[in-house]
Amino acid sequence: MTGLLVVLVVVLLAVALWQLSKIFALTQIGKKPEGEVTNVANDNDNRINGYLLFGFLGFIYLITIVCIVKYGAFPLMEDSASEHGKEVDQLMWISMILIFTVQTITQALLHYFGYKYSGKKGQVATYLSDNNKLEFIWSSIPAIVLAVLIFFGLFTWNDIMFVNEKEEKPIVIEIYAQQFKWTARYAGDDNVLGKANVRLIEGINTLGVDLADPNAQDDIVAEELHLPKGKKVIFKIRSQDVLHSMYMPHFRAQMNCVPGMVTQFAFTPIMTTQEMRDTKAMTEKVHHINEIRSQKSKQLEAEGKPALDPYTFDYLLLCNKICGASHYNMQMKIVVDSPEDYKKWLKEKTTLVQAVKNAAKEEAATAAAEAGKPADSTAPKNDTTVVATK
Amino acid sequence: MSHAHDLHIDDHAHDHHHKDTFITKYIFSIDHKMISKQYLLTGIIMGIIGVGMSLLFRMQLAWPEESFKVFKFFLGEKMAPEGVMTNEAYLSLITIHGTIMVFFVLTAALSGTFSNLLIPLQLGARDMASGFLNMVSYWLFFLSSVIMVISLFVESGPASAGWTIYPPLSALPQAIAGSGLGMTLWLVSMAIFIASSLLGSLNYIVTVLNLRTKGMTMTRMPLTIWAFFITAVIGVISFPVLLSAALLLIMDRSFGTSFFLSDIYLAGEVLDYQGGSPVLFEHLFWFLGHPEVYIILLPALGITSEVIATNSRKPIFGYRAMIMSILAIAFLSTIVWGHHMFVSGMNPFLGSVFTFTTLLIAIPSAVKAFNYITTIWKGNLQLNPAMLFSIGLVSTFITGGLTGIILGDSTLDINVHDTYFVVAHFHLVMGISALYGMFAGIYHWFPRMYGRMLNKTLGYVHFWVTAVCAYGVFFPMHFIGMAGLPRRYYTNTNFPIFDDMQDVNVVITMFALIGGAFQLVFIYNFFSSIFFGEKAPQNPWRSNTLEWTAPVEHMHGNWPGEIPEVHRWPYDYSKPGHDEDFVPQNVPMKPGEEVLHH
Repeated sequence: MTGLLVVLVVVLLAVALWQLSKIFALTQIGKKPEGEVTNVANDNDNRINGYLLFGFLGFIYLITIVCIVKYGAFPLMEDSASEHGKEVDQLMWISMILIFTVQTITQALLHYFGYKYSGKKGQVATYLSDNNKLEFIWSSIPAIVLAVLIFFGLFTWNDIMFVNEKEEKPIVIEIYAQQFKWTARYAGDDNVLGKANVRLIEGINTLGVDLADPNAQDDIVAEELHLPKGKKVIFKIRSQDVLHSMYMPHFRAQMNCVPGMVTQFAFTPIMTTQEMRDTKAMTEKVHHINEIRSQKSKQLEAEGKPALDPYTFDYLLLCNKICGASHYNMQMKIVVDSPEDYKKWLKEKTTLVQAVKNAAKEEAATAAAEAGKPADSTAPKNDTTVVATK
Repeated sequence: MSHAHDLHIDDHAHDHHHKDTFITKYIFSIDHKMISKQYLLTGIIMGIIGVGMSLLFRMQLAWPEESFKVFKFFLGEKMAPEGVMTNEAYLSLITIHGTIMVFFVLTAALSGTFSNLLIPLQLGARDMASGFLNMVSYWLFFLSSVIMVISLFVESGPASAGWTIYPPLSALPQAIAGSGLGMTLWLVSMAIFIASSLLGSLNYIVTVLNLRTKGMTMTRMPLTIWAFFITAVIGVISFPVLLSAALLLIMDRSFGTSFFLSDIYLAGEVLDYQGGSPVLFEHLFWFLGHPEVYIILLPALGITSEVIATNSRKPIFGYRAMIMSILAIAFLSTIVWGHHMFVSGMNPFLGSVFTFTTLLIAIPSAVKAFNYITTIWKGNLQLNPAMLFSIGLVSTFITGGLTGIILGDSTLDINVHDTYFVVAHFHLVMGISALYGMFAGIYHWFPRMYGRMLNKTLGYVHFWVTAVCAYGVFFPMHFIGMAGLPRRYYTNTNFPIFDDMQDVNVVITMFALIGGAFQLVFIYNFFSSIFFGEKAPQNPWRSNTLEWTAPVEHMHGNWPGEIPEVHRWPYDYSKPGHDEDFVPQNVPMKPGEEVLHH
């Protein structure tokens, strides 16, 4: 279907152009007075291009309307999943409306003048060189409007970025980035993260946590990010290799992950995953996506390939700074729970220190077992190399 | 002084009249007009490569991981096995596309072509202050272009860390294959490029300050010259910083220093680097990177000012306000770089400062846009292709510039930073606008460069298709960005949440392919008109500026006799009390004629 449409558009465009060039060519016949240069615009060119300019205004409006109707659900301008996101969305709406107004008016003036004053023999342009009053007006109007936007923007910005950790006591969670994977570390009962450095990375301690640090004893490492609804969370962000960016669009949150440095971002989630799934906009969006997916599945099945799974919404953490070949697939699922569920989930997790101990025990056991029957030790080793090369 | 200069050049021309060999005339030429053509030709070739690359990766985005014969043909078996583009090849393509378009086409070719052509001709100078430096500048640019193109063919692939080459990704070959030899060549090429750009800029500045003809005061200079002049100043201020960043990065990559690297664990081992910061690189990069936007844009706006005034048959509205806004933009452009780094991890207080300065820059930009619209108002518009491209520029400048209000606001930037919203914004406001400026310049001054006219019918077809396609490509992109789709993703099939955006990607790619294909109309028009175009009269657009007083045939020293003297500003179009609707700058004031502008 898309293919057909595309071909149709191309053909129509070609026909339109052919006609256009014919019109231009026809206007040239028998119109060239002595000594005039053919390739300078004459009255006919001015008239036709004047109309086209006016038509182009229509095109700009049309593409704007089509885009808004078709793709303008503005998924990231409503139903913010974080508290500060509401203010961000409000500012976004104000800016958007302002932009669309200015855009509509200025494009209209520009293209309408292009049409209205297209050149004719005998038409005399008005000699108008400057007007300080006008210049003053159109530098002060943007200045005032921008001052309001700056004021509102900075107010919100400071609100978001400056967190008083002592007073607000947000839950501390580390977000750890590496090519091409996210990991989360919860600070545990003491709400203080243990020290960490890449030089301490060893075995399953992939975040390089200092296991001797008293603050690290209750730290918990997780591959899925769970957040409690209604509690402020502060993310301490690290990267072990290159720049990444922690981007959580539904929470209006983003911060780069910089190797050698800890960056931070804080917000309060206000909608659980289930609540977000139940919003009207999200239900519609997911429904639409699943229609597309089932259609694609039919196509895939016809080719003998496996079908796509139906989609259910989950909050996502995406990487938003080019970080290497698989940058396009660096993501982590985020789950916003009720505070009770969150506590329950966290309780079931083993601490990192315990996990390291368990791993050491297991290793010792395997070593002992291997020492017991040395004859068999080569077989599993070979197996692992096969797996590794695969 | 000007008299002594004349004598010298006359002698010079006389002495060497018969000694012009093919090599001194066409290759190692020191004549600004020839160097300008050399820049343009190199720029067109680089432009074809850069735009071609964008079409390839647009196809990947519309039909992810599908096999295409063109991929196999252009990218080869390694970057496109079985005709399917690899993810590394995709990143290489976007990196080199950005580098080529930003630096090689819109900086070097745009400024190089028109500064070289117009500064001496519009100011009434025999040539640039130093013809030799000018020649060196071009050949360094040529060398850097060659190295950049060579880097496409190295074994480990060309640079692929994005055109912003943020370390550590760009510093460590373990992080991405393109950061091996490909990145080394990228840095060498850019270092040479910067040297070329600095030589060019110094030459422009010196020429504008010293070689103006009698009567050509600073406030009688056409706005083109003002734009080129200020562009050169910004370039001299900011390019050395990029050079230092590139040198420090070379040190980190090859000599074990840690300017930008610290605490890195990669490919199973801890690296020795300690104490550096990638954020430092971001600061250095964007200290050039943001002024760079205006280095690209100001010449285009200068060309537009000239073309709009000439073709409206009206003075440019608010000549002094235009100069003031160029100066304001130049000044502000050097203190806004941090708006690229709101979420880089720098102190949020800096974010506030940069929001403030960034939104300030909207004021002079708005003044320029309003002044263009007022210039067109009540004009007698001669809608030549150059004029259409200029009106197109004002249109995309407004559309793209307005979204800058969102991106420049730190609060709003949090959520659209590095998404397709940014891609849409800068392509419209800087890429397409500057490209339109360049096209306007080519259509307008082609008769001056080659003594022949470009075919106007082909010009109209070129403009209208390009105009429709440019909006078709970049307008819908805002909406994918607002849906949260990050840029620089090889494919978004791993995120079902973006499945509903796939058809937009197809539409965008269709517009891109059509728009790209129709650039061939321009290429054909350009090359066939050089040889077979209609012979140009001396002043085809009935323009006021001095370049149209020189003979059509090119000659050393530009004017056969005395250099014309200047008696008025360049915008006396449709001035009451004159028979013609234009009064060239070298026409003396009539007795009792008043200066009507301020």
